[in-house]
Amino acid sequence: MNEHKLLEEIERYLNGEMSPEERLQFEALCKQDTAIGNKLAEHRLFAKTMKQYSDRLALESRLAAIHEEIDVHTLAEELMIHPSWIVQLWRNHHSKISVAASIAIFAILGTLFLSGSFANHDNKYIELRREVGNLQRKTESLNQKVAQNASRTNRDVMDRYRGTGFAITANGLIATAYHVINDADSVYVENAAGKSFKADVLYTEPENDIAILRIADNSFKNLSPIPYTFKKGESDLAEFVYTLGYPQDSPHYDDGKLTSTMGLNGDSLDYQISVTINPGNSGGPLMDSRGNVIGVVKAKETQMEGVHFAVKTSYLLAAINNIPADSLTKKISLNTKNTLAGLSTVQQVKKLKNYVFMVRVYGGK
Amino acid sequence: MNKELKGPIPTDSEVILGILNNSESVLNRLYIAYFPMVLQLIINNNGTADDAKDIYQEAIIILYNKIKAGDFELSSKLKTFIYSVCRRLWLKRLSQMNRYGGDIRDFEDYSPVEDDEVDKQNELAIQFTKMESALQLLGEPCKTIMEDFYIHNRSMQDICERFGYTNADNAKTQKYKCLQRLKKLFFQQK
Repeated sequence: MNEHKLLEEIERYLNGEMSPEERLQFEALCKQDTAIGNKLAEHRLFAKTMKQYSDRLALESRLAAIHEEIDVHTLAEELMIHPSWIVQLWRNHHSKISVAASIAIFAILGTLFLSGSFANHDNKYIELRREVGNLQRKTESLNQKVAQNASRTNRDVMDRYRGTGFAITANGLIATAYHVINDADSVYVENAAGKSFKADVLYTEPENDIAILRIADNSFKNLSPIPYTFKKGESDLAEFVYTLGYPQDSPHYDDGKLTSTMGLNGDSLDYQISVTINPGNSGGPLMDSRGNVIGVVKAKETQMEGVHFAVKTSYLLAAINNIPADSLTKKISLNTKNTLAGLSTVQQVKKLKNYVFMVRVYGGK
Repeated sequence: MNKELKGPIPTDSEVILGILNNSESVLNRLYIAYFPMVLQLIINNNGTADDAKDIYQEAIIILYNKIKAGDFELSSKLKTFIYSVCRRLWLKRLSQMNRYGGDIRDFEDYSPVEDDEVDKQNELAIQFTKMESALQLLGEPCKTIMEDFYIHNRSMQDICERFGYTNADNAKTQKYKCLQRLKKLFFQQK
């Protein structure tokens, strides 16, 4: 029996086209020959799938035909829930929107971080603070410069810093600014006549920028009585003030007004004055018109024009009182008799000159 | 669309009887009655009208086959059954496309549909794709002869005339040759 014949027989059998005798005969044949039996099973499966497939195709085409009759587009329009445009925008573009938002946030945070705005909420305030910080740094460096003074006019290459000091007692106690003698190995004071005396640092108050020197030189003879007094109270705004100092090798005079009773950043330690202060003026006396010492010249503000500082005398007096008794040979008695009061400024300065010293500082950092 | 087809929504038992009796009009009314519901489900859940058509037809075929096989028990409303099957199919399709966001907007009640219902349908679908591609691979004229005979149920005589065979025996021989090749192609496919 060839293949075609067999297939035909199988189809006839499955379609029920055989007579009962033929069926029996065929079934017997299948049992007898397993190869034919397998072929029958295989064809039965195939035919079944084929039938289902054709049924499915028929059903699908029927459904497709029905579907054709429906106006899907109109129906879809009706049934579509139309969310508000913003929701739609979000749905369609949420990934892009998210990315954009993250970048924006990142950029803003980055900018804020880089510009330092995170350090403080109030932008102006921090700016101000920084400025103040800068000013302080600048005043410090100015103090250094002040102390350094120009070495070109220096006779002694070894002296590093220069400042000014003034006598507080006739026996050789000199007041100056702490930053002038800071880190000093040795200190010399030089009077207006150009005579130099070795001095010790007797006492310092770095927080108030005050230092007290004592002339420890055998060649030093006591000064004549101090002509000026120290004003205990606070001076008034707009008062005429002047100073004498050694920004150069010779005594230098300058005057101005007391512009504020508060120092840098509201510091009650200092006065603000409009006297022009130059490097080397530090430690000099700030005088009022009646010949009272009202302060110790301290520093200059580099950011603003004409703003200079002097430590108030009350702090100087306090410092003098704080000098340990055992470091003194005899008790300090400050002059209470002002002999400058009635004199003109020119006459005052002429007298004052003898009590103002140039402070030379050697060594140190 | 004629009036008869546009009749009222058929009752559930009407549908079952109608399908068992191969009623064209019942199938029509059934299809038209529930399509909007499914369309609404799909287009409001990231789908298109074409997706809705595919899903709905698949669901109708599942229903149709179940009724024909005689194992359809109406445990809930027919509407709920169709909606649930479509919902299940659509969720499956969405996750295949990686478009499933985790939630679906529902418009009707639904009851859980057993997975094997859908899986059985998948099994069949695989067989049908096999058959389809086997027919494609078969080439002409075999493909047309096979389709005419087995799908369109044409007689050997018809086929004989269409292809200009001189006698029915020649046509028969040709048919068997084609059938054998088709079977080979079908069973070879994995």
